[in-house]
Amino acid sequence: MSLVINVNGSKREVVADAETPLLYVLRNDLDLKGARYGCGIGVCGACMVIVDGKAVQSCDVPVSAVAGKSITTIEGIGTSERPHPLQRAFIAEQAAQCGYCVSGIIMSAKALLDARPQPSDAEIREALAQNLCRCGTHTRILKAIRVAADGGAK
Amino acid sequence: MSAAAPRKLPGSLETNRALDRWLSINADGTVTVRPGKVEIGQGILTALVQIVAEELDVAPSRIRLVGAATTLSPDEGITSGSRSIQESGIALRFAAAEAREILLQRAAVKLGVSVEQLTVSDGTVVSRAGGSVSYWDLTGENLLGREATAEAPPKMAADYVLIGRALQRIDLPAKVMGAPVYVHDLALPGMVHARVVRPPGAGMQLTGGEFAEVESMPGVVAVVRDGSFLAVVAAREEEAIRASRRLARVAQWHGGGALPASDPRYLLECETEDEVISEKGEGAAPPQSQTLSAEYSRPHIAHASLGPSCAVAEFKDGRYTIWTHSQGIFPLRRDLATALGIAEDVIEIAHMEGAGCYGHNGADDVACDAVLIARAVPGRPVRVQWMREDEFGWEPYGSPMVVRMQGALDGQGRIASWTHELWSHGHSTRPGGKGGVNLLGAWHLAKPVAAARPGNPPLPGGGSHRNAIPLYDFPRQRVVNHLARSAPLRTSAMRSLGAHANVFAIESFMDELALAAGADPVEFRLRHLKDERARAVVEKAASLAGWRAKEQGDGERGRGIGFARYKNLGCYVAVVVEVSVAETVRVNRAWCAVDVGQVINSDGVVNQLEGGIVQTVSWTLKERVAYDRNTVTSRNWIDYPILTFEEVPAIEVALIDRPELPPLGAGEGAQGPVAGAIGNAIYNAMKVRLRDMPFTRERLIAALV
Repeated sequence: MSLVINVNGSKREVVADAETPLLYVLRNDLDLKGARYGCGIGVCGACMVIVDGKAVQSCDVPVSAVAGKSITTIEGIGTSERPHPLQRAFIAEQAAQCGYCVSGIIMSAKALLDARPQPSDAEIREALAQNLCRCGTHTRILKAIRVAADGGAK
Repeated sequence: MSAAAPRKLPGSLETNRALDRWLSINADGTVTVRPGKVEIGQGILTALVQIVAEELDVAPSRIRLVGAATTLSPDEGITSGSRSIQESGIALRFAAAEAREILLQRAAVKLGVSVEQLTVSDGTVVSRAGGSVSYWDLTGENLLGREATAEAPPKMAADYVLIGRALQRIDLPAKVMGAPVYVHDLALPGMVHARVVRPPGAGMQLTGGEFAEVESMPGVVAVVRDGSFLAVVAAREEEAIRASRRLARVAQWHGGGALPASDPRYLLECETEDEVISEKGEGAAPPQSQTLSAEYSRPHIAHASLGPSCAVAEFKDGRYTIWTHSQGIFPLRRDLATALGIAEDVIEIAHMEGAGCYGHNGADDVACDAVLIARAVPGRPVRVQWMREDEFGWEPYGSPMVVRMQGALDGQGRIASWTHELWSHGHSTRPGGKGGVNLLGAWHLAKPVAAARPGNPPLPGGGSHRNAIPLYDFPRQRVVNHLARSAPLRTSAMRSLGAHANVFAIESFMDELALAAGADPVEFRLRHLKDERARAVVEKAASLAGWRAKEQGDGERGRGIGFARYKNLGCYVAVVVEVSVAETVRVNRAWCAVDVGQVINSDGVVNQLEGGIVQTVSWTLKERVAYDRNTVTSRNWIDYPILTFEEVPAIEVALIDRPELPPLGAGEGAQGPVAGAIGNAIYNAMKVRLRDMPFTRERLIAALV
């Protein structure tokens, strides 16, 4: 079936089965590879995107459920030339190793900062409850989010 | 008369002597560098850029790194064992120094002066007598078309401008933008998606099934069956997934049921190859005041890469092209050629990044899957990604291990004798083994290709016996390796190999003996350490942590220390951790001192140590691959929890830089020391000794009652 979804501020038409997980539509139909497959059951956060302001695991949501809603992916928040403050902070703090988890984590962090621009450290950790990192870059990631919340990297 | 054997060259130059295989100086003002080692999230490419830029005296931004590919890269074997700096880094250092010398000789001729009168600034050669010329003007065909001699001396440490600095990772900007940088993201024209359906249990064979109903599902291009290898190809990824689930339901299998009890002590019943790897006894055995013994273990552990393994392959006009995140594209090519019964030169493999692997995960196997499937749909690139359940269920695990220790104290509180016996499977079944191939799919074919004999890297680095020989100085010691070569579940290289369990046992037992001797754990270690670099990291970690002699926990909080020199020839690491023990064990803080010899990228080293500490806290507190008689039952993150953001410790890392000494890898130094430190901290807190990893709530309760 044909569906229209609103991604990063533009309306996109896709032809896919209604039950197709949003993740595969983003990656394979819209060529937005920043959301990544990690578990398929919504527990690792590698595929995190923001839907109507909330962090959502796109592997676990049928595309038909997000029709008419506003979807933001990592590609929609910044570019190399104009990075989002979170992206700038992640580079400044060198907050990645393999980087596979990092776009999902940035999206969880963005949903948090959009709702609570000055979160406590505990709130930052809580916002990442659905994100896993296997390389063990956690302390740098927490610091990068703190830096972004506190006014950004120099 | 035979020619004299060529001089041994440094690092991987020894086996890849063509200078232009390593680098090119380009007329457009750039330098192309082609390492055979690959990025696996450890930041190696950035360190290699630093090394080349330093030796050539060019800005790092001029360096263009080309990912490893069988068509153009030097064969550097496998990216593993924390050896990339020693092998690729050293090779590139000498290759770049030699390229610089060649350029300077050309410049000297052109400027009519001697080489001594020249200096270089960002690729511009300047003569003290006036005049200048750039590398980019000097270069040309065949500039580096010769065999490396390694006779051009690299820079002295005192002259370094870039080495040792925290150069930012070259790969991170693209990653934080969500750019398509992984093999998972590769999209080729006409590409189709495939999924493999593995047997429901180990050792099971496919007998049949109603595959026709799957073939008629929407989008399905083909069901591929060869013996017990079963896969489905579809136009869209979600169609391939849906079809693979149906395929799994209709497939019929028999056999299985042969797995042992899910407890590492099954190793004690296995047939083993036994070897005394260290035996030392000076003088008559002294009178012994106390003798202790203890047994430690660790279970199967999963690499558990965050991104399940993925590969793309195409079979066209009799040739195979493969994109893979394998750690060793050349050994993979050799095994694939054997598995398919074809010549190596019809296979081209290019490396692309994957998620962090921490050793031998499913990367090579999924590449084989992609090739087997691509063979069935010629002319169409096939992308195969393992599902999360495939990765947990079929990756080669870190081997379970059991370690038995025995030690005796003399009357002066020193260790008089020490025995370390370990039981383990081999720690390497990577491609490139002997007597067969190490590719999962190839073993399931109708004409199966035999599995290579499981390997276990030899000493001095060692596999199961890595770090089994203590670095401490004991007058009498005996270390025995019991290798159970045949494994019911495949095991292979996982970050630090046997060092995690061996150092855990050694460091736990050191504390048990220190307690018996009435000694402080830090002082007790120093009492038995002659190596100055070892003493320095132990002292540094203790001072960072503000360690107080014989400090005691309070029944809930406690601290412990662990130390090792990785492989007894790599980096030195000492770690103090603080735990708090309530319903579960939690590591609150870690203080770490590390000596990697010469530091190439200071932040890269710190990042590797921090990551190593967090991952080891996770292994040691939480991780165990569970299985029943048929199959692995840990199939996703719910069955196999890892450390979360809520649970990570605060970490402080101190580098002891030794710019005059050779650089050593940093990726695997923390695993053993951290595991030992956690066990010791729990004892310090609670006066209970946990000897079986992981230290879960159940284990804690069992130890307390």
